[in-house]
Formats: sequence, C-alpha cells, structure tokens
Amino acid sequence: MRELNVELVTAQVARLCQEANFDLPPDVEAALQEVGKREESPTGRRILGELCENARLARSDRIPLCQDTGLVLVFVEIGQEVRVTGGSLSEAVNRGVAKGYTEGYLRKSVVADPLRRVNTGDNTPAVIYYDIVPGDAFRLTVMPKGFGSENCTALGMLKPADGLEGVKRFIIEAVDRAGPNPCPPVVVGVGIGGTADKALLLAKRALLRPLGSRHADPFIAGLEGELEEQVNALGYGPGGLGGRMTALAVHIETFPTHIAGLPVAVSLNCHALRHKTWVWEGEKSE
Amino acid sequence: MSEVLRLEAPFSEAAARSLEVGQRVLLSGVIYGARDQAHRRFIDALERGEELPLDLRGQVIYYVGPTPVPPGRACGSAGPTTGGRMDRYTPQLIAYGVRGLIGKGKRSPEVVAALKEHGAVYLAATGGAGALLGRRIREMRLVAYPDLGPEAVYRIVVEDFPATVAIDSRGQNLYELGPARYRKA
Repeated sequence: MRELNVELVTAQVARLCQEANFDLPPDVEAALQEVGKREESPTGRRILGELCENARLARSDRIPLCQDTGLVLVFVEIGQEVRVTGGSLSEAVNRGVAKGYTEGYLRKSVVADPLRRVNTGDNTPAVIYYDIVPGDAFRLTVMPKGFGSENCTALGMLKPADGLEGVKRFIIEAVDRAGPNPCPPVVVGVGIGGTADKALLLAKRALLRPLGSRHADPFIAGLEGELEEQVNALGYGPGGLGGRMTALAVHIETFPTHIAGLPVAVSLNCHALRHKTWVWEGEKSE
Repeated sequence: MSEVLRLEAPFSEAAARSLEVGQRVLLSGVIYGARDQAHRRFIDALERGEELPLDLRGQVIYYVGPTPVPPGRACGSAGPTTGGRMDRYTPQLIAYGVRGLIGKGKRSPEVVAALKEHGAVYLAATGGAGALLGRRIREMRLVAYPDLGPEAVYRIVVEDFPATVAIDSRGQNLYELGPARYRKA
C-alpha cells in the first residue's frame, strides 16, 4: 500500500494545466509538420506553417496555444493499492485547476450553470473520470477541451442492420457537417459500442492515443486507415479553407454492446490536441 | 491573389466592397473584440431602441475571448472563435452598420446576404493560432460589459494582423469555394 497526499495532486494538476496549454505534445507537433509536407493547397501549407510557429511561440513565451484554454477533462487511474490521504481527491483536483488557470493567466471559460451562465471565475469544476486499476501507481491526465471542436460532437444510435457501412457513413457525415468549425486538421475520436454514454467516453479517450498509433485489432486498424482517407477526401483542409489535410488521424475504440444496438460517437479535437500526464509511483509505505 | 494587402481598420464601405474572396490581408488599426454574450446584449439594446455602449458603425468586430494578459505583455493568447455562433445576431449588426467581421468557420446564408446588401466582409484568421495572433495585438482595453469576464468587449489595436477574406461583399464564400476545389467525389 502506498499513500498519496492530495496536496501533491493539487500541485501536479496545476502544473499539468499550464504545460498542456503552453506545450503542444511532440507527436502532435510532428504530425503537423508531416502533413505540411503532404498538403497540396498553398493556403493550407501557409496555415500549417502558422500552426507550427504558433506551437514554438506558445512554448517559448509560455502563452496559451489557443485562447480557448478549455474546460478541463481529467482522467484518473488509481491503483487499488494506493490510499489517497489528506482530504477529498476531487476537491484537490479542482483546487489544482483553479491554481493552474489563475497563476498561468489561462482563460476562465466555465459558467456555473448552463442556463444562467455566470462564470465561476477559476475555470472549475473539471470533468473528472476515475478508474480503479490493479497495482499501486496513480496516473492522471489533464486534457483541456476547447469548445469549437466539442460543439461538433455527434452521437448516433444506429441499428445493427446499419452495419459497418452505416457506421462509416455516420462518421464521415459528422466530420463533413463540422467542416471548418472544429479547426482542422482535426483528430477524429470514434467510440463504437457500449451504451450511448460509453460510446461518447470511448470517443474522447480515443483522442488521447498517441498520433501514429493504430488500434491493436487489425480489423479496426484497417478501418481507421480507410476513414482517414475518406475524411481527407472531404476537401476542407487546414482552417477549412480548402485542402487535403482535414484530419491528422482517426482513432477508434470499441466496446461490447447490446444485441439491439449499434451506438457510434464521434468526438473531434482541433489540431491543438492538448494533454499532459503525470504518473506517480511514490515511496512504498507499510 | 498571393499578394498581401495592407489594410487599415476601420475601413470604408468602398474599401470593404473592393476586397475579394481569398485575398490575404495584414490588418492594422483599431478593431473591437466581442463574442456570444456581448452580441446578445448589443441586439437586446438595439431592439429596445437604445444606444450601444460604443459606436460600432463602420467598425470591425473580432470574435475573440482573449486569455488574461500576463505582466509585461500587451496581450496573451487571442485567436478567433467560431463565427457561426454569432449568426443569429450578425445580420442585425451589419444592418446597424458594422463593416467587418473577423472569426473562423462557416456562416449562415442570412449573414452572407447581409454582407452583400450592406457592403461588409467576413475575414478568417487562423483558429488555434492564439499565441501567434496575440503577438500582433499592440494594445487591448476593456470598453464594455466588464461583468462578462472573457466575453467582455475590448478595444484592440492590431498591427499586421494576418487574415484572409473568407466571404466578400459579393457573397463569394471561401468556406465553399476552397473545399470544393479539393473535394473528391
């Protein structure tokens, strides 16, 4: 059994919130450079150049990549042999978000109530997901989600008879409907199966897979490649002003589902796919 | 169309009408930052027959909710937000006299019609390039609705702010023309 004090969590969440907003992950930056070589549209190439320059400036000046510094998603994996001490873990995470966003001059984009819309002033609360996993490590990922792309999320409760073709059509139509709005080149996260809510969560988690990776199941991996080609035939390109590179990647995650259903969810992320992870494997204690 | 045009803001109706879709511009001068809730308040005021808190006739509105300004800087991160969310307010603001819009993403047919009728333009800046675009902002001052936080209205002085004419005053729309050129079947 290891003991983790929530004060450490607060400090790390604050750090991750800032790093995520200033420091584009290397796989994303490499992908932007790579598609810049393949983009045919001069406007598209110019925009990709601006995005690479933007990433450099954000990192060197510690200025957010995008002014929409997002609503913070936090994915926590708690080893079942870890004991969390010192107070409420969720409150500690939210204190970290408030600290990170205030001290980092990040935008406070959260309203306390979706209808009355008064800003909470510190970008809390985060949306937190907890998973209990085997072992004695603690892993926490911060993902600030911008709403230009979040507003393009799609959920389809397809019929089993719609099959693979129906799923492909639904995904392509979701990206087509979004067009320029989610800030292409996008990463397309897809969740297939489970219940409606499970499919949406799978789609979100799919965004976190490293760019360049493929699903372990060759059938799903093949589908990812096929959909990437189809998405990149839509013509939106960088910024949606026309071009070949509409998506950096399509990532699919699946889950068993009900005999009567075929849920499919599409979560889009802009080219600024921001996330940072902290893994704690602290001192052993009795 | 690869020549970059230097454009002073605010600009006249004649200048707006001379801009063509796809034209790259470097904008310098004064623009006003306003987004969702500020737009709603503008329209509420216009519908009640009241004056707006500032005269936006002939002016350029930039859809932006900037990050707080760190010490020693003129601006933080300040890229464009999605213009389509302002679609329900924009035709009225164009009719009132707003001359230019800067944002990102597609607009409704009603917005395009208003741009044509009144001689106004929609410029696209690169979404998600907030650190880069923020560097082209020389000065930023809150001028209305401070209670709205990041959604308040800002007077913004820009220098060589890069944008592209996305919808011109003839209704030509780069968000349709551009993708159509690269779309495969």
